[in-house]
Amino acid sequence: MIKSIGELFKKQGLAKSDFYSDKVRISIGMGTCGLANGAGDVFEAISDEVQKQGLDFVVRQVGCVGICQLEPIVDVLVPGLPRVFYHRMSAEKGRQLVSGISEGNFCTKWALARLGRDQLLVELDRPLDGRLNGLADVQDFEQLPFYKDQLKIALRNCGFVDPHNIEEYLAAGGYSALSKVLMEMGPEQIIDTIEKAGLRGRGGGGFVTGRKWRVCHQAPGHPKYIICNGDEGDPGAFMDRSVMESNPYVILEGMTIGAYAVGAEHGYIYVRLEYPLAVENLRGAIKQAREYGLLGENILGTGFGFDVQVSRGAGAFVCGEETALIASLMGLAGEPRTRNVYPAEKGLFGRPTIINNVETWANVPVIINKGWNWFAEIGSDKSKGTKVFSVVGKVRNTGLVEVPMGITLRRIIYDICGGILNERNFKGVQTGGPSGGCLPESLLDLQVDFDQLSEAGSMMGSGGMIVMDDHICVVEVARYFTEFLTRESCGKCTACREGLRRILEVLERITSGEGASGDIELLEELCSYIRNNSICGLGKTAPNPVLSTLRYFRDEYIAHIKQKKCPAGVCRKLTIFNVEPEKCKLCGKCIKVCPSGAVTGKKKQTPVIGQDKCIKCGLCREICPFEAVIVT
Amino acid sequence: MTLKKVGEIIDKYHGEDCWLVMILQDVQKEYNFLPVPALKRVAEKMQIPLSRVYNIATFYSSFSLEERGKHLVTLCNGTTCHLRGFDNLREEIDRQLGIRAGQTTKDKMFTLEVVACLGACALAPVMAIDQKCYGNMTPEKVRTIFESYRKTKKRKKSGK
Repeated sequence: MIKSIGELFKKQGLAKSDFYSDKVRISIGMGTCGLANGAGDVFEAISDEVQKQGLDFVVRQVGCVGICQLEPIVDVLVPGLPRVFYHRMSAEKGRQLVSGISEGNFCTKWALARLGRDQLLVELDRPLDGRLNGLADVQDFEQLPFYKDQLKIALRNCGFVDPHNIEEYLAAGGYSALSKVLMEMGPEQIIDTIEKAGLRGRGGGGFVTGRKWRVCHQAPGHPKYIICNGDEGDPGAFMDRSVMESNPYVILEGMTIGAYAVGAEHGYIYVRLEYPLAVENLRGAIKQAREYGLLGENILGTGFGFDVQVSRGAGAFVCGEETALIASLMGLAGEPRTRNVYPAEKGLFGRPTIINNVETWANVPVIINKGWNWFAEIGSDKSKGTKVFSVVGKVRNTGLVEVPMGITLRRIIYDICGGILNERNFKGVQTGGPSGGCLPESLLDLQVDFDQLSEAGSMMGSGGMIVMDDHICVVEVARYFTEFLTRESCGKCTACREGLRRILEVLERITSGEGASGDIELLEELCSYIRNNSICGLGKTAPNPVLSTLRYFRDEYIAHIKQKKCPAGVCRKLTIFNVEPEKCKLCGKCIKVCPSGAVTGKKKQTPVIGQDKCIKCGLCREICPFEAVIVT
Repeated sequence: MTLKKVGEIIDKYHGEDCWLVMILQDVQKEYNFLPVPALKRVAEKMQIPLSRVYNIATFYSSFSLEERGKHLVTLCNGTTCHLRGFDNLREEIDRQLGIRAGQTTKDKMFTLEVVACLGACALAPVMAIDQKCYGNMTPEKVRTIFESYRKTKKRKKSGK
């Protein structure tokens, strides 16, 4: 139990000397992505080998450094030398790596990069020295195309601290912001700092965080509540999962600062059901923070008390909407309410409540530590700081990318993420999840921030970015999102509940070749009706996928309706696959991959696709290295 | 079926009705689904109308009022998974197990659940069995995984 701020500083110092001991440290990235790629086996193999050889190495589990594509990632820190990252590790490679390190061999053939600093953002009083010892050929981490343009604020400690050990967070400068607040800042001053920094909610709405806090601070009523929205429901977005799994402490610190600013004593973190590891790590972190006197009554001996509980969602997308989330936390069905009164005045149990998303909370300690000036200088005119995007889909490097606001889509997709997979053509990018929009190639130079995205007919949302190539049918994508939203509509507003169903029917007709003239106009009419007659964000933005694809890809709708063709070769009823003999190199991959036995061929002959057996799954087209499977 | 556990679960949350969603999750974990007698017991013990318990149990998609299989197969239909071959996986599962979303195999071994997103989009398409996540799935991998489950089942049966 840390009883005072003075003791906290001492503890930080001790943690630091422990953290930077003279031992070799091997860290394995064990977030959900890592584990799904076999990080568990790698961890076991490395631990086992270290024990077997009787080595005095520290083996630890960390979260995710964001380049999910190359998991499992292992990093090795030999005192005095740069930290070396290894990618696509396996149990066997792990064992060999341990042997190699013990003999001074860095196994550079598996190395991804070396990093000359220990953390990416927090300055350290112990920088690693410049010796390279045979690592000169390994690329510098900060020069990797994937990381070069990134600036990590929310993700700063992810993949660098052990999410099960609060001392590592302390050693990395954790809780300095809380001690600063408790020692020298009053509530007004904190709120001013957050407001002047220009921090806007990272969950989608983009509301100015400081203003929300001020309303809550001034609102009468007691007790007040703090909520962290970890119900990251947008399919395709997983940055909040990464923070909750990899650095749960930063969320607790941010929430505690918020609680101190508005005078709250109790907080909730609402995590979606699909993130069991996040729940586990958050619960562990809360337990440790209580033991260390950083949560509970009388935090750091200042008399200020605050505690947090974790609540799990139960599989309802609409609960990401704040009034629905509050209803769910009260043990009710997650239905949104009209927002004539904001939760900051009347929220959980009818009391003033601040509700911010995970990424927003993760920004708070840094702003306090570094000052609002520093933060306000990053980003674009009206969107300050950085935003984490999860760039996924048909792109070469998938993963989490944290960049200053205002960077162009082109830089994110091409410079950072390496462009489109398999050298195909870029078709569009869906930003903002199901309620966002699909932006075409002509908008690649759009500067990404809250306002620019809204103007282009999309939105920031929680920061999902799904990159699509020319093998993706945007009409089908609009159908998919509408199907999702139809299912997730809570059913309270007739416009949303019934209107989305009607849109879905029209889209299903179009994608199955039964589109009729007048369908496009019908869609537009339905969209404007839903937008104007729904009370919550889900309904108001639900038409976005249809409207944005109609705006930028109208030709494709017309091709489906008039020519009864799906140019991308996705809509099954409108597609026929054939093999082009001139392009085919007789590798036979298509024959092997076909799940229905439709592709057949004799030796030295171009395979033939039996149309009666073909289920139009497109696997043969995806696997063909020569683009010989064509859509006719 | 003993309902003693239901009482214990409610006590863990001090009977506070704001934890109703979590209470039902724990009840579901205990019985593998939400049996009607358990729902009645929850309403009675917490002194809330059964209609409210039923409202929660039917509003949230993770609750099941029907008995589920021993293993829960979760297939992700997040945007990335959808674009990278969800349909092919769903069809392969249908071929292998003969079940569609929400259904359970006759031998009560597997229940298939389709969810919006597992948050492992970089590994799309993704499937999970009892929360163990499998990335970069193909129809072929689906076959291999279910084969290994069947083998374990046979081995257990023959006592090897």
